[in-house]
This record gives sequence, structure tokens and C-alpha cells, in this order.
Amino acid sequence: MSSYLLSRLFQTIVTLFVMSVLVFVGLYMVGNPVDVLLSSSATPEERLHVIQSFGLDRPVWEQYLVFLSKALQGDLGNSFVFNQPALDLIFQRMPATLELAFVALLMALVIGIPLGVRAGLKPNSFVSRTIMTFSILGFSLPTFWIGLIMIMVFSVYLGWLPASGRGDTVEVLGVPVSFLTLDGLSHLVLPAFNLALFKISLVIRLTRAGVMEVMQLDYVRFARAKGINERRILRVHVLKNTLIPLITVIGLELGSLIAFAVVTETIFAWPGMGKLIIDAIGVLDRPVILAYLLITVVMFSVINLLVDILYSIVDPRVRLEGGSR
Amino acid sequence: MNEPILSISNLTTEFRVGGEWRDVIRNVDLDIHPRETVAVVGESGSGKSVTALSIMRLLGRNARLSGRILFEGQDLLALPEEDMQRIRGNRIGMIFQEPMTSLNPVLKIGEQITEVLIEHRGLDHAAAMAEAARLLEKVRIPSARQRLNEYPLSFSGGMRQRVVIAIALACEPKLLIADEPTTALDVTIQAQILELIKELQKEEEMAVLFITHDMGVVAEISDRTAVMYRGDVVETGTTEQIFKSPVHPYTRALLSAVPQLGSMNGQNLPLRFPIVDMATGSVEPVKPTVDTVRLDVPPALRVANLVTRFPVKKGILRRTVGNIHAVENVSFELREGETLSLVGESGCGKSTTGRSILRLTELTSGTVAIRDHDVARAGKRELAEIRRLAQMIFQDPFESLNPRIRIGDAIAEPIIAHGLMPRAEVGTRVPQLLEQVGLSPSMADRFPHEFSGGQRQRVCIARALALNPKVIVADESVSALDVSIKAQVINLMLDLQEQLGLGYLFISHDMAVVERISHRVAVMYMGEIVEIGPRQAVFENPQHDYTRKLMSAVPIADPTRRRVRHLSNDEIRTPYREAGFTPPPQKYREVDEGHFVLTQHLEPAA
Amino acid sequence: MSSSGKQPSTSVHAGNGDASPERISPFRRTLHALIRDPGALTGIIIVGVLAILALVAPLISPQDPYDLAQLDIMDGRLAPGATSMNGMVYLLGTDDQGRDLFSGILYGLRTSILVGIISAAVAIVIGTCVGLLSAYAGGRVDALLMRIVDIQLSFPAILVALIFLAILGQGVDKIIIALVVTQWAYYARTVRGSALVESRRAYTDAARSMALSDKRIIFRHILPNCVPPLIVVATMRIAYAIMLEATLSFLGIGLPITEPSLGLLISNGFEYLLSGDYWISVFPGITLLLLIVGINLIGDALRDILNPRQEG
Repeated sequence: MSSYLLSRLFQTIVTLFVMSVLVFVGLYMVGNPVDVLLSSSATPEERLHVIQSFGLDRPVWEQYLVFLSKALQGDLGNSFVFNQPALDLIFQRMPATLELAFVALLMALVIGIPLGVRAGLKPNSFVSRTIMTFSILGFSLPTFWIGLIMIMVFSVYLGWLPASGRGDTVEVLGVPVSFLTLDGLSHLVLPAFNLALFKISLVIRLTRAGVMEVMQLDYVRFARAKGINERRILRVHVLKNTLIPLITVIGLELGSLIAFAVVTETIFAWPGMGKLIIDAIGVLDRPVILAYLLITVVMFSVINLLVDILYSIVDPRVRLEGGSR
Repeated sequence: MNEPILSISNLTTEFRVGGEWRDVIRNVDLDIHPRETVAVVGESGSGKSVTALSIMRLLGRNARLSGRILFEGQDLLALPEEDMQRIRGNRIGMIFQEPMTSLNPVLKIGEQITEVLIEHRGLDHAAAMAEAARLLEKVRIPSARQRLNEYPLSFSGGMRQRVVIAIALACEPKLLIADEPTTALDVTIQAQILELIKELQKEEEMAVLFITHDMGVVAEISDRTAVMYRGDVVETGTTEQIFKSPVHPYTRALLSAVPQLGSMNGQNLPLRFPIVDMATGSVEPVKPTVDTVRLDVPPALRVANLVTRFPVKKGILRRTVGNIHAVENVSFELREGETLSLVGESGCGKSTTGRSILRLTELTSGTVAIRDHDVARAGKRELAEIRRLAQMIFQDPFESLNPRIRIGDAIAEPIIAHGLMPRAEVGTRVPQLLEQVGLSPSMADRFPHEFSGGQRQRVCIARALALNPKVIVADESVSALDVSIKAQVINLMLDLQEQLGLGYLFISHDMAVVERISHRVAVMYMGEIVEIGPRQAVFENPQHDYTRKLMSAVPIADPTRRRVRHLSNDEIRTPYREAGFTPPPQKYREVDEGHFVLTQHLEPAA
Repeated sequence: MSSSGKQPSTSVHAGNGDASPERISPFRRTLHALIRDPGALTGIIIVGVLAILALVAPLISPQDPYDLAQLDIMDGRLAPGATSMNGMVYLLGTDDQGRDLFSGILYGLRTSILVGIISAAVAIVIGTCVGLLSAYAGGRVDALLMRIVDIQLSFPAILVALIFLAILGQGVDKIIIALVVTQWAYYARTVRGSALVESRRAYTDAARSMALSDKRIIFRHILPNCVPPLIVVATMRIAYAIMLEATLSFLGIGLPITEPSLGLLISNGFEYLLSGDYWISVFPGITLLLLIVGINLIGDALRDILNPRQEG
């Protein structure tokens, strides 16, 4: 277990390092942040001053080393645009994104699992076929476009739900959340559902495939031969074995939801870190891009670690070991 | 006799295939009396398992049953589903073939036993756990109470089948249906499980319906026997009757194809199987076997001190913490025209030995010589020549042909790759080879999926023959085939040995088949050869404890030769050793000319 | 006791005669099954029609929507069915720059399909090579390559694409590179997985025991058997790549506004959506949806037919 944790920590550090080098060098080669930092009417003296104060005149490896030594002290630089620490900017917006992603994940599971189980138990029935047809549709709907359509229908024509922003928030342990106020909740529903739609289809399909596979296995047939009632067979024998592999997927999908929030946040003007990164890319705000990336790497590593640990707890066949899996 | 506990009459089961109902079993009649064991025997596709599942009504939605199944006076086919569920696992217990997959991998053993007790006997959790421990003791599982908290993962195949039996017997059923319960097990473990079922049957006073394909098992265990063939019960009678004077041609054909351990006593050459026409029951006379062993030329294959080990790695640095000593210091010779059989149970190293000879698995040390070629040190080119002189035939005929290549091309491929003849002539060689293995040359343009198992194995033999090899390593090559097909393929192999002077290294777990076709036999256990010698000597005068144990475990297809056995509950051990372990030197004792036995060292394995 | 009418014959040619009479190759069997599946047939028709439309777009579209000389800002945001000043009928209306939406959609479709197919083709080649190398080499090479694949796959495609486009800038070639980077790992994992399964099957051992060359074993025996799962993954991935391209263009970091793109058309319509000019966003969206649904329908049926056990 401890050797496992060590190897994961090591892997995360390597990933962080490689990523930061690649992106730092990549970003260094394109564009000139000075154009972003200064108005076009700036004098050459002002330009020179800015270049020197940001250390932009030094060779790339030196700039990277400076970045690295500061990064190790928890300073990822100031945003060129906001002139605030990039980390602060991200941490301010992170709760909104996480809330959106978690609610979307919850929706995907709560809607997807029952439908998937239903479709897997009686794969040839009319209801199951309908579920599967809709899941193909859900798989194919471009998130951004269906977001627009949802705004058009529910906000513009029907006027039921607000189309932008977070609404009222309350602080829980110092973190602002929307889902505890009625107004916040009404703001949350559309974007969360929009983000969840693709994942609902995915969960339906995975659950269905899992149920269909497990239903054919010997131990389910043996459970029937034991005279166990169908409810228990489903709940204990089928579901447990179907849902365990789903844990891995959920871990990956949580990461994907956080990343895809970029699209949903843009459409619904949700003040999360996805909106921040899109704007940062638009103006090549290097520190923000780098900080966002490094934070996501750490976040994904933590998610993956939790998933692995959870998996080894619920599945007796899996043991955590260092090295390759 | 008293009233039957189960009385099946006119049972027909149909499956829906592409919108059409197709019958799989037709008008089956079968009675089972209290405390009686009835065997249903048949080859694949005979409908024997479908019969068992029909009784339990476990066939699912695309099956339709008609007829009557009276159990304790109730017609099971007329019962509502909830009532049927109350009978399953309660009044009728059932066990299946695959112990490795019959238990749910993510539930503790205890929970899998108690759920039956809670469901049918209404026990509370504590009482159920106590009862579960008692049940595990009943099926002779040591330290039962602790093992309740373990997952199936930590149980061996034989132990899992014991757990499955414990579950099936949890509610003291009046009838136990056993669907090929020992087929997936090694022969010594099979003997243990068969004994266990017999003993428990006496203790519990229950009836047993035993489904099997193995005539030997039938002869060992059943009072009465029903023979099934393509969905029909073709013959029913007492087991003695069926074996002594079978009436139906199919039964006769089946029995004549079954090798019987000990039936070769006094014979020193291999013997073909008599082939019976399944329609008329007439028996073709067996062609006498010619002595094919070439003592006048040097051996085709020489194996000396062969060692093959697999490292076991652990931890973040992938350090080698131990080795599986799959093959440990094995030596033997094989002559042209000779069949040497390697026998033993799973994990004994027999297959690894075969693979090491062709270097499909890298050997750790020792020498393997095919003609003058040193296999271990051969370069690419020499290895190619070695893999022409020696060929391999594998166990699973459905796996050993590439599904995307027409069989004509599959047979031609090695000829072309080795440049054995100009491309133009290959077209005439392929039909010849097909003829030689008893297939029609017109089949050359077919894909493997169009063939049955026996035909595919013939294709594999033709492909191996394409290179004019001297040695064929046959790794469980007939194990997956039905008895009647198995007999045909073995006859073919003996024909080819006579025609081409092939040397066979015949790797098998099936002692009865081995007795039939070998000139010499080597018995392997934990990676070592424990006994090697002429077939007659090893079978009629076994010296090593393990050989004796193995022989006594083999079921004999003759109900008059039933033995009372006292078996230990040993499990098959794996030859895993810590890194740095040096095996003690082996000493062989020559019992008789060419008959060697490993002197037994007392120290037990890890 | 009855005896069955079907008795096996013990003819000269052995076997129990249950071989099927059809002599068609696995490839043609798949094709037949595909056409018989109603969902797949729908998909094939949709994709076929859209592909033909895209192919002949310059011949049938009323205007070249990206030739600025042909656009008239006076014709901006006309409703579907409206007529322009020079008498042309705007079947699906116009966008804010007076671009005929029908023509715009056809040209956008061209880009979508092109980007999807080229990126998939390149990614398949790279992924197959890496996958085969990994499966063949085994050991440390395999461990390293698969670790890279794992890490790559743990990053959502859109994030990787965002970073790459941030570095590379906009353009058709740039987006293809970004899509290849996000996709190759899926193919590598699929090919490696099936190659490992196939190389453990007895027919590979049989080929080795006949001393066939490694090259022959890999390319004639193993690779063809890896193709079915690869095809399934590829269909699903192409659909996803097309969706991703549209998404990135919508976000304004994919294709430049000078290139025809469904994503950009939808993005253009976004601000007018709230004022009721629905068509600018809706029609390109429906086209995009149809294309992706069509591909996914085919992929879904292929998955059932070829039955590989991974979820794309």
C-alpha cells in the first residue's frame, strides 16, 4: 500500500514536471505576451520596462527555472490580465466548476444507472430499445448546441429557468454554493443537465453492457438454482458486480466533466474556471493557463488515487501494488 | 421399488432461434427414486444439461417446456414462479460444472451460504453463520469458521466445488442435480469430489441426478443410467445392464470408443479403437498395430536436464521474489515412430515441457536436441529448421486456426514460408494432405468456423504434416473432443505414425487414452518426472506413490470393477519456491529395463 | 425409447457433418449483418446522403458562402424561404453577414467530414503502430508506452485540445493535429489489447511453431484479427472528433472565421437566438447532429455485430 502511494506520488510529480515543461516551452514559442500587457500606444521605453520586469528577455530555460523555483514556493505568477496571482483566480472560481461537475455527475448516475439496468435486464423489450435509441441520441448531441436549444426553449420561449449566472449563493465552510438556495438551484438545473446529458448516455450504455454480461455469468445462474429471490439476485449479485467496474469510469468522467465545463460555462455564463481558461487562451495569459493545467493535473491525480483505493476496498480481487498494473 | 421422487414424462424443450421454435430435447421420460443415483450421459449437443436445467426451470425466456415433471407429487411445470423458487435450492439442490465461476467473486463465502439459509429456512444471521460453518465442515473443509470470512479468490477449484456442494445441500434437499460437477477438475480432485457426493448422499438420504459425458464416472457412481443422443433418451437401464449388454447402436458405439484403464493389460503395442457404425451398431474389426519404433536410428528428440522456471515479481522495483519451477531437471528421449506420453495433473509442467521443446517458452537451462540441432542455442535460421522437424498440435481446435484464413491457405502457408516446394506444386500438395487426414479436398476454400471440432483437429494435423516433421508434440490434442470423435482422431494419429514414422510426444491428463496409444509413459508431478518407462511396466507395475495415486483416481468405465477408495483430501500443489532455492539432486532407481522411478525425498514442497 | 431420424454417417470423410454450407468471408458476413440492421441502415443512409452532399457542395450550393464578394450584408438574418434582392431563394435563411445558410452548411459539412476522417486516419496509423509495438515488445517498452497512454487518456480530450490549440493557434491543420493528439491513445490501447489477446491464442502459437516470420505473424495473423474492434472504436471516435471540432470552433479557438465550419455558424447564431432568429444556430446544429447520430448508429450496430468487449 505505501509503495503503491509512493509510486503514484512519483508518477504525479513526473507528470506535473513534463506537462509544465511542454506547456511552458510551447507557450513561449507562440505570441508575445507583451502585446497583451500593453496598449498599442505604449512607448518603446515602456515596452522594454515591462519585458524586463517580467523577465521576458531571458532565455527560455532560465525563465522556466525561475518559474519552477517560484512554483515550488506556491507562486505560479500573476495573471497578465488581472494582475492577481493566477492561483487565487483559479481557486476563486473552482467551487463553481466543481459544484457544476458534481451535480452533473450525480444526475448522470441517478438517471443513467436505473435506465441502464432496465435496458440490460430485458434487452429486447420495447422500453429497453427506446432507452437505447435515446442514449445514441444523447451520445450524439453536441453539448454546446443542445445548451443553446435548452436556453431557447426553457428561458426564451417558456421563461421557466434563468439562462445565465449562478444565482444566489450561500457559504458552506467558506465556499459559496448555489444548490442550497432556490434561486441558485434554478440557475443550476439547466447547465448541470446540459453537462450531464452526454454522461447519462455513457452511464446507460456501460450499465447495460455490464448487467447483460453479469446476467449470463455462472454465479447468477447458480444463485437462481439456490432459489434466491430475484430482488436479491439483482441487488446483491448483479448490481454489485456491475457497479464496481463503473467506479473507474466515474473517476475518469468526473475529470472529463470538469474539463467539459468549459463549454457549458461559456454558454450559460457560469462563473467557473472553465470560462477563465477560455479567456486566458484567447489572450495568451500564460500564468493562468499554466496554473489551470497544473491544478487539473493534481486534481485528476487525486481523483484517480481515490478511485483506485475505493476499487481495492470494494473488490477483493484487486490489490494495490507499486509499479505497473 | 417405492414411488419415484422425480418423474419426468414426455418432456420436450424448445428454444427460439431466429423467430422459430426448435426442439432441443424430445419426449424425455425419466424416473428417479429416493436415495437412488441416476446418471444421464451423452456427448455435447445431446441435451443432457438442458434436461437438468428444464427440471429446475432455469432456461430463461427463449425456452418453452412441455410435458410433465412430477416432484414429490407436484407438477413443476405447472407451478407459479414463486413456488418454483421455493423448491430450488431447498427441495432440489443443484451444482454446476465450473467451480471457478459458480461463486460470486465479490461476496464472502459465508454470505453466499447464509443467503440460502435465510431465504429458505428463515434463520437469523447468527444462526445462519453457525449453520454455514457446520456445512463447510460437512464437506470436509478445514478450519471452516475462519474460511467463512474469505472470498472465493482464496479457494482452489476443488475447494470451491466443495463450497458449492455445501450450498446445494444447505436445506437438506431430497434431490441433488449435479451437472458435470467434476469435469473441470483434475482427476485426483475429481475422485475426492465423487467420493464426497457418494458419502453425503448416504448421510442425507437423497437422490442424485448426475449429468456427465464421462462413461467412467457413470460406471463409478450411478445405479441407473439414461443415455441421451441428439435430444432423445435412446436407452435407459441399470448401469450394469447398459455396460454389459447395450441395446441401442449409439450406446454400443459410445462404449466401444471409451478407453478403459486396465483393458490393455498384457498388450505391449498401442491399439486402435474399434469404430462402430452409429446407425447399425456393427463394429469394424480393429486393424492390428504394427511395431513402428525405430531403434535402429538415433532418437529424434533428446531432452536432458531441462529446466524451465517462471520468475514471480513483486513490489515497486519488480524484484524477483521467487520462481515457479514449472519444469525441473527433466530428461527423456523420443524415437522415430514412438509415442511417449507425458501425463500428470494441471500445473505439473507437462505442457511447459512441450512448449520448451519448440522454444515457444524460453528454457532456463538444460539441452533439447532435435536430430542434431540444439534448440536452446539455435539461431533464427536453425530454429526455423527445428520448427520444421518438430510440429505442435494444440488442445483447442477452435482456437488453433486463424478464423480469417481459409483452411487451404492455412495448410499451404508453412510450405510456402519454408520454401519446401515451388508455389505451383503447393496447389496439389494441399488436397493430398486433406485426403491424408480424412477430409475432402473440396473443403480447402472453407473458413474454420464451417468445421466441427473433430474436423478442425484434422485440419491442424494436416497443417502440421505439411512440413514433413519427424516429431509431433500433441498438447492435450484430443482432450476437448467428444469420445467418439476422440477415438477417430486417435486412430488417425496411429495410422499416420505407421505411414510416416512420426514420433509423438503425447501430452495428456487422460490416463485411459494414454494407456491406449503410448509406447512409453512419463508421469510428471510438480515439474519433475517421477516415473518413466514402457507403458506396460508403468501401468501394470506402478512404483511411485504419485503414479499409484493417479491411477487409483481414474474412474474405470466398468461398473463391475468399482473400488472402495480411501482418499486424502490433498490439494494439488504449485511448484513455487522462494528465490535462491536450489532443488535437491534427483536420484532415479531402475526398477526394470528402461523403467525408472524417482527416489522420493521426504521434504515437502512449499 | 425413440431413436432419432438423424443418424450420423461414418463416411470416408470424417466429421459429423454440421459444417454450414455458406462459404462467405467474415468481412462480407459483417457487411450483410450491417445492412439487415434497421438502425445501421438508417445510419448508412444518413451518412451517405450527407457525404454526397458535402462532396458535391460546390456544384449544388447557390453561392460560395466564403467568397466575400458574393455576400451582401443587406441580406443579413433573413428568415428561411426569403428571397434576396437578386432573386435567389434562401432556403434555410441567412446569417448575420448575409451568408446563405444552406450553402454555409454544405461547406461546413465538408470541413467536418474532412477533419474527422483525416484526424482519425492519422491517429489510427500512429495508434496501431504504438499498440503493435507495445504488444510485441512487451516488458519495459510496453509498460512505458502504456503508462503514457494511460496518462494521456486520463486527460479529457477537450482539455488536451485546448492546450494544443492555445500553443498552435487556429487553422484546419492545427485542429487536425490537436484531434490526432487527443485520439491516438485510444487506438493504441485498443490495438495493444486485442493484439495481446490474439497473440495468446493458440493460432499464434501454431504460427510460431511453424517458424513463420515475426513480420508475417504480426501482419497476416494478428493484425487482421485486431481490425474488428479497431473499426468499432474508430466509428465512435470519428463521431466524437467531429463533435469536438465543432465544439472548439464554437468556442472560437478551433477554426478561424475564414473557414467554413458548422461550429462557427452555430456560434454566430448564438447572440441572435435570444431575439428569436433561431435558424442561424438551429439548422447547422441539426445537420451536425444528423451526421454524428448517423455515424454512431453504424458504430453501435458494428459493436453488436463484431462484439468487442470495450466501450469506445
